Amino acid sequence: MTATLDTPRTTTRAKKAPVRRELPTTAQVFDPAVPTPPSAAAHLTEAQVAELAAELDTIRAEVIASLGQKDAAYIHRIIKLQRGLEIGGRGALLFSLLPPAWIAGTAALTVAKILDNMELGHNILHGQWDWMRDEKIHSTTWEWDHATPAASWQKSHNYEHHTFTNVRGKDRDLGYAVMRITPEQEWKPADLIQPLTNVALSLFFEWGIAIYDVELEKVQAGIKPWEEAKGELRTLWRKARKQLAKDYLLFPLLSGPGFLSTVAANFTANALRNVWTHAVIFCGHFPDGTETFEEDRLEGETQGEWYVRQMLGSANLTGGPLFHLMTGNLSHQIEHHLFPDVPSNHYARIAPKVQEICERYGLPYTAGPLPKQYAKVVRKIVRLAFPGGGPKTA
Amino acid sequence: MGVLSSIGQLARDAAARFTQPLLPDDLLGTLSPLWSTTQPHARVVGLRRETADTTTLLLRPGVRRPTHRAGQFVGIGLQVHGVWQWRTYSVTSRPGDEHLAVTVTAVPGGAVSGLLAHRTPVGALLRIGPPAGEFVLPEPTPEKLLFLAAGSGITPIMGMLRELYATRPEALDGAVVVHCDRTPADLVFGLELRAMTASTGLRLVERHTALEGRLTGDALTDDVPDWTARQAWACGPAGLLDALTEQWERHGDPDALHIERFTPPTLAADGATGGRVAFTTSGIDTDAAPGEPLMAAGEAAGALLPSGCRMGICHTCVGTLRSGAVRDLRTGDLYDTPGESVRTCVSGAAGDVEIEL
Repeated sequence: MTATLDTPRTTTRAKKAPVRRELPTTAQVFDPAVPTPPSAAAHLTEAQVAELAAELDTIRAEVIASLGQKDAAYIHRIIKLQRGLEIGGRGALLFSLLPPAWIAGTAALTVAKILDNMELGHNILHGQWDWMRDEKIHSTTWEWDHATPAASWQKSHNYEHHTFTNVRGKDRDLGYAVMRITPEQEWKPADLIQPLTNVALSLFFEWGIAIYDVELEKVQAGIKPWEEAKGELRTLWRKARKQLAKDYLLFPLLSGPGFLSTVAANFTANALRNVWTHAVIFCGHFPDGTETFEEDRLEGETQGEWYVRQMLGSANLTGGPLFHLMTGNLSHQIEHHLFPDVPSNHYARIAPKVQEICERYGLPYTAGPLPKQYAKVVRKIVRLAFPGGGPKTA
Repeated sequence: MGVLSSIGQLARDAAARFTQPLLPDDLLGTLSPLWSTTQPHARVVGLRRETADTTTLLLRPGVRRPTHRAGQFVGIGLQVHGVWQWRTYSVTSRPGDEHLAVTVTAVPGGAVSGLLAHRTPVGALLRIGPPAGEFVLPEPTPEKLLFLAAGSGITPIMGMLRELYATRPEALDGAVVVHCDRTPADLVFGLELRAMTASTGLRLVERHTALEGRLTGDALTDDVPDWTARQAWACGPAGLLDALTEQWERHGDPDALHIERFTPPTLAADGATGGRVAFTTSGIDTDAAPGEPLMAAGEAAGALLPSGCRMGICHTCVGTLRSGAVRDLRTGDLYDTPGESVRTCVSGAAGDVEIEL
């Protein structure tokens, strides 16, 4: 209880969480014999890290103080755009037997689903828009067009992934429990198929995330009781069956003779959304240049060290404003990881400041276009399907 | 529930399968906020300047029209710098009127009242909450009525007077309104009240406090000698209401005095030591400073809490106390029984506390 009382007033949930809850754990096994390359932040002194934290705090405070009507108008505009595209797309698909209607409808629905999941769902569920006190646009009430219920995803993502980003043994997003994504992970023969696993995961990413949130690998490892997982699977099914009914039964029925072609269109929209979100998300933490960290690091980690870990563990994608919107501004992964609850429409503006800070402190600021970054991720997945892959020892 | 409404419910349930995870209402609300039934909105269709600092806003509600009783208040939500701010205002129009009217006095230093009174144009959209309040006339209407108002305290009383004037003008015959404000020019609804007296037999006592001083018990006896024989409705600043309560307790029948407090209470930190506050439904923990209302602490930490008047009147903000103790910041009373309802806007933490909200 004293620990609770001593906790200073904090503004983000991600940061205060580790003090108050039991640490999570992954079921992954790591090989202590694999040497970890020295961190790119090894040259920073404690005082420098503290200065860096103060500079980042200033950026955050400046954005929070600036929030106002323009931002509220922005999120309402995106919500309107998303709903308009969805209604338009599903409307066109009522006539899905006509090829132009099929193409236009599928395209509009794909974009609507991407906006729903990325710029709206992901960011609203992070609490980026809670400051408006609008009970419909709030992290505690928002639901999204995704198989996994918002609340289940929030736990695995907001808390575990954002707090323990790239900490081996703590961040389950490192390989999503089905892949070997760092050389420190012990190689198993099953890893040989991971290039194929990646293709499948990409196509069915929505379902991958949904099942992933139930943490079945922990049940297998005996860390999590099966009863608990069963309850979560039931919750998942309650949400998922409605999603399935909507895309693969109700709207196809409305299309009458176009039933099957609407099923195909909705499947295509879901799959395209899956491939896109998978690519963007995998480029956030896995490309070359991002670091993973040892668990010891968490002990007494300061705010500045937390910031440094977030910067070194994340990578940005470069592109224009439309590209950033379609990635839900996760193209600004570094800024998002520094300030997960700062409204996403501000990331582009603060990115040059963050980059300048990185340069001044001699820290890498990993960024590149999507095809290049994704190629690096695939290369890594293929390489790590085989034993080894760690840094060459001299 | 009639057959029609059951069919309506079935249709809504069916539509929700197509719109899930959204509700059909969410889509309607996106097309026009006025069509939302879950977040009712109203459009400002007219403004009437009552005095230099008081404006009546005429509102046309959307599809969900609130039905109030004369004397009740509604929550009005205004988006200020992107943030929804809620305040409660008495409805000054009659239940049967085409438009819903609220009359707003700009409070010096008030963040919301000034914007509503002076800087809300015709055409603006406001959110509107459900009507509430016990400050209403009983059925049947008592024979001898007395209304006591000071400043904007006239607003709920004006709602009652207009309703009586339109439906039972005979009830106003012999009734007395004592209305206090600094000067004749400050008297909200002065003209309309004077006109009412001419056609009904209502007696209006105007008290201009800049000259005559505040209303006291003795002054009341001078103005309305038979006050003890009347059912009284009073609304105004806390000082006046305290004085009247004392007057009725000492010389009259306390049950005959009905009061509406419409001014922010003075909050004292005595005994509200602060502590860790857990809002269990929202899953948010935060620290409440000594004397800080739980609601203020929760909102600062990003919790979405129900809120209304923010002065302990409307009970919109109540949450159930799960553990710990809270202190009413107005009275200093301690509440520590689990399961008790707590008004978060006027309660401070007395140590660590858990609230189901």
